[in-house]
Amino acid sequence: MKRRWTILPAAMLFASGLYAQAPDINFDANANLLKYPDSVAIGEVAGVATDSKGNIFVYTRTGHPTITIGTSRPFAHGGSRLYQFDRTGKFVREIGKDLYGFLVAQQVRVDPQDNVWVVDQMSSMVIKFDQNGRVQLLLGRKSESERVPAPPLDAPGRAGRGPAGAGAQSDIFNRPTDVAWDNAGNIYVADGYGANARIAKFDKTGKFVKSWGAKGSANSQFNSIRGIALDSAGNVYVADAGNKRIQVFDGDGNFKSQITNVGSPSAICISSGPHQYLYSSNSNPPEDIDHDGEIYKLELDGRIDGKFGRAGKLPKEFGTVNAIDCRRENELLVGELGNWRVQKLTLH
Amino acid sequence: MKVLFPATAALCALVWAQALPAQSKAKAQNVPEIPYDSVPNLIKMPANLYLGEAMGVATNSKGHFFVFTRSNTTRLFEFDASGNYVREIGEGSYGFEFAHSVRVDPEDNIWVVDEGTNLVIKFNPAGRVVMVIGHRPDVVAGAVATTNAPAPPAQKYILGRPTDVAWDPQGNIFVSDGYINNRVVKYDKNGRFLAQVGTEKAGNGKTELNLPHGIAVDAKGDVYVADRSNHRLQVFDNNLGFKASYDNIGDSWTVCVSPGPHQYLFTSNSNPNGNAPGTWETTGEIYKMELDGTILGRFGHASKQPGGFQVVHMMDCRNPNEIYVAEIESWRVQKLLLKPHAEAKK
Repeated sequence: MKRRWTILPAAMLFASGLYAQAPDINFDANANLLKYPDSVAIGEVAGVATDSKGNIFVYTRTGHPTITIGTSRPFAHGGSRLYQFDRTGKFVREIGKDLYGFLVAQQVRVDPQDNVWVVDQMSSMVIKFDQNGRVQLLLGRKSESERVPAPPLDAPGRAGRGPAGAGAQSDIFNRPTDVAWDNAGNIYVADGYGANARIAKFDKTGKFVKSWGAKGSANSQFNSIRGIALDSAGNVYVADAGNKRIQVFDGDGNFKSQITNVGSPSAICISSGPHQYLYSSNSNPPEDIDHDGEIYKLELDGRIDGKFGRAGKLPKEFGTVNAIDCRRENELLVGELGNWRVQKLTLH
Repeated sequence: MKVLFPATAALCALVWAQALPAQSKAKAQNVPEIPYDSVPNLIKMPANLYLGEAMGVATNSKGHFFVFTRSNTTRLFEFDASGNYVREIGEGSYGFEFAHSVRVDPEDNIWVVDEGTNLVIKFNPAGRVVMVIGHRPDVVAGAVATTNAPAPPAQKYILGRPTDVAWDPQGNIFVSDGYINNRVVKYDKNGRFLAQVGTEKAGNGKTELNLPHGIAVDAKGDVYVADRSNHRLQVFDNNLGFKASYDNIGDSWTVCVSPGPHQYLFTSNSNPNGNAPGTWETTGEIYKMELDGTILGRFGHASKQPGGFQVVHMMDCRNPNEIYVAEIESWRVQKLLLKPHAEAKK
């Protein structure tokens, strides 16, 4: 009887969808952490990540996205930059200046060996840099040219970006969004915004292994994958934003569970250490800053520890968070598309 | 049908282009001329740095002025009061694609309006971005052909080729929006939507607009809108309720309200792009008015020579006797020193 007594109210709460009742976590925010040189005018912050030394990498939509005139085809160039800062926010350097694959910044992540991985949404490439900023590995291929006017974003095989459609077994991406690794170094790519709706797995040498997923809302189906993260056991957490859930798989793509009470997961992160936490942002869309925007802190099994923040333009408010770095449990960095900034958050 | 659609679109574009209203001769008659001088060679550019189309000019409290210009890329330059080059702000900004206006608020923050990215961007005096209003359409969507189809419903936080920005004494933000939408939006000082007048649709009713092209707010919080394609200047109260319409000053391209205890309203009947024969003789002048619409005088005329105007786009009137004008087609900024003049008969 006692057991039943405790479970019932919790189940009722869950069923009524009152996830807004998650406890509020107090936090402080520093919106002026990064010190830019005069020559750097940063735009939308798509990705932010730290390495083991505390260096901060920012992949940002900065500069002028440009289409140039060719003999018969228009070519896309530029529009995104990758910057490195030290742990105090002091500018260190630019990486990948004028790189062929830097078009529309989507994400940056740092692997356990401190390699810096960039995901570009428009070149549909995943680019691995070593600590010295040299390109080590490329996944996907930038389409040779653009079509003007562009076909619809969800058009199959848009602009020659690989075989069409959900679950395509291919090493070519369509608007990929994120990258993660397991302990063996296998690479998992969230793919992504476009007509593909799948997770693509590669071995550590970059050889395609398999992919899983399809467009839809059933288990193992996706609708706009915004992020991916792995825990130390090798489970794969997928931010299935369009379906308002995080799906959890084993490393072979077998469905395990889903987390459904955290809004639309638009950026996720799993902290390191013996007790891992999952962070997930219910980011507001650019056209609305009056709803949503909060970030959830969860246990890996989906239980919510609390939430913090809301959409807005002030410090301590969030403008379309696209990235969370959570190398330390209660010290987060968030990258905002809407407010063109990185904030450092300290949870209490 | 496949062939018909582009053909129809092209035809619409042609008709639309030809139907552009000729610039209006102002109805106001016997307006006193205000004599003025144009400061010669105002701007001293460093070697190999050039202004393109000068879209906006604005002064700060220290007398420095800022020019937002369509160069190879859109750029924002700062000059001191003597016109010496000081610095560039926001070089390579993601929000700079097609300049439209620059304004400086009472705290010397610099606000730019870019109609190529649909953004209003606030820079602090140090030149750092501290607020962004609107959202640049995702680049990954690629180039989208401009259509003459009706604009989609206007959204609170998405702008459609915005044109200008202003503030009331409380710091509320007013955006004229623009070429695609036909409205003025009021945000609070933190960027949250409060109200709007007009919609995505153009119209000529009291609370409708047709290409709101410039905006200014007086010390009471009343809002003055250059309602360009309606050939008038519309006045709204602070909650964007209709107050008055001034339709005797030609086509209001841009407006400015001077600070201080006695505020003046300036509006430009800019000579048109395209320069139809005869229009130079009847347009191009700027009016100096009381806030209630009483015309005090006029100055300027269409001309490519210094002292004349080749399409005034925006102006600054921090000092009502020292007017800065940014001209599109002369790629220049002039500083005009107004002289005492005969009072208009009231």
